Amino acid sequence: MQSFSYTRATDLDGAIKALAADPHAAVVAGATELANWLKDGIRAPSTLIDINALPLAGIESRPDGLRIGALARNADVAREGAVRTGYPVVAEALEKGASAQIRNMATVGGNLLQRTRCPYFRETSFPCNKRLPSSGCAAQTGPHRGHAILGGSDACIATHPGDLAVALVALDAVVQVQGPAGPRAIPLDEFYLLPGDTPERENLLQHDELIVAVEVPAGPYAARSRYLKVRDRESYEFALVSVAACLELDGGTVRSARIALGGVGTKPWRARAAEAVLAGRPLDADALAAAEAASVEGARPLPDNRFKVTLAARAVARALELAASEPFDTAAGGPVGGAA
Amino acid sequence: MSIATPQSPSPATVEVRLRVNGDDYHLAIEPRVTLLDALREYLGLFGTKKGCDRGECGACTVLANGRRINACLTFAVMHDGQEITTVEGLAGGLPLESDVDDPTVAAEPRLHPMQRAFVERDAFQCGYCTPGQLISAISVIREGHTGSAAEIREWMSGNICRCGAYPNIVAAIQDIVASGADV
Repeated sequence: MQSFSYTRATDLDGAIKALAADPHAAVVAGATELANWLKDGIRAPSTLIDINALPLAGIESRPDGLRIGALARNADVAREGAVRTGYPVVAEALEKGASAQIRNMATVGGNLLQRTRCPYFRETSFPCNKRLPSSGCAAQTGPHRGHAILGGSDACIATHPGDLAVALVALDAVVQVQGPAGPRAIPLDEFYLLPGDTPERENLLQHDELIVAVEVPAGPYAARSRYLKVRDRESYEFALVSVAACLELDGGTVRSARIALGGVGTKPWRARAAEAVLAGRPLDADALAAAEAASVEGARPLPDNRFKVTLAARAVARALELAASEPFDTAAGGPVGGAA
Repeated sequence: MSIATPQSPSPATVEVRLRVNGDDYHLAIEPRVTLLDALREYLGLFGTKKGCDRGECGACTVLANGRRINACLTFAVMHDGQEITTVEGLAGGLPLESDVDDPTVAAEPRLHPMQRAFVERDAFQCGYCTPGQLISAISVIREGHTGSAAEIREWMSGNICRCGAYPNIVAAIQDIVASGADV
């Protein structure tokens, strides 16, 4: 790890000014991602700007939605009663991510900026267009069982590794960003970029901007929502496939649905086609089959990750069934693992 | 207060105050020193273990202001002024009332109840993960995630044991929950 200097920001403007003044500065909050980037040589900042003292850790529940401060810890958001009952998919996605220790450290703002677990990105001896533009993509010809089937390009097929982001994309969350020119609001689905020819650009956040909060609009589908995560190990593992499923039901009929997939896309993958086929239909076997097919429309698998097409489709059906009939356990003890 | 200094002076050091297991330390270290390295290499507290150094194994689990964290994934400078508890801080508390009544037990080292439960349940083999397991085992009770063996396993999943002592670790935690001992 290269040496760096360290400074503590005491107010938001000061943090943004310090960032703007040094193109090689990095922001640190929970550090759970940054520490590994520094150790692995993925980043070598000149200075760390510690923003933990900024007053951005609040979690507010309002009639029109939820506002989660960028410095709220993942564990604290998942524990919040208003999140567990009103937006269970958020709590469940958080609790199925990482470990209790990491959730105690990780912040919501930092979590949205986590980077791919693609082994060719993390291990710097491999070519990787995301880490080192124009160096090539080792995943195209090397083992790529974990890689994306949706949203990939010739330059990059690395998956977005997040859980929280998948739930938030399903719920139409908006990222509140602050920069030298003032605040701006970016829908999370648009915040993330497809790799195209520039996989090193992953989102719309500029160097001198900070995420200050995430806003989740209230919706009739938010309270009936589940997060299904399928992985090689039952806990403390990234998703092979995950699904955030949110349903607004009128009796047995789907009034509206929100579906997003994780582990299969180069960004959190909103399955709008699957949502559309469900609207107005009873949630029966035919509807689930239609949603399965629509959810993986446009998938372009490679030999090793072809299984994800079927796995993702089936996970969508299972997640919809869970959302319809098995509500998230909102009790203080939280859910036990293995429900899926 | 004890003073710890780095082996080789560096121009880029920062001052960091840590209260570790009730003792105050004043370090002059580089910002890139992780909390784990500060504990082990600068304070000589080798109880907290470096397993993966990547947040993947939990051997470095400590409490920072009462919350369990991975000491390898954070920089010591970020914890200036905080209270850190490592495995070395668990033993040596006041003897339990039952210890005093029973002379054979009272003669034993005053282990934390969870440490004793790990011994009684044979909850380790090589012991390398044990310091982190103990900190998490105490935390999982404080956090209220002991409703079932499955719930304990889920909330202990951030601590890997290559010897596979998991069933006995869960049993040790359940013993402490059943005993009502204060952790």
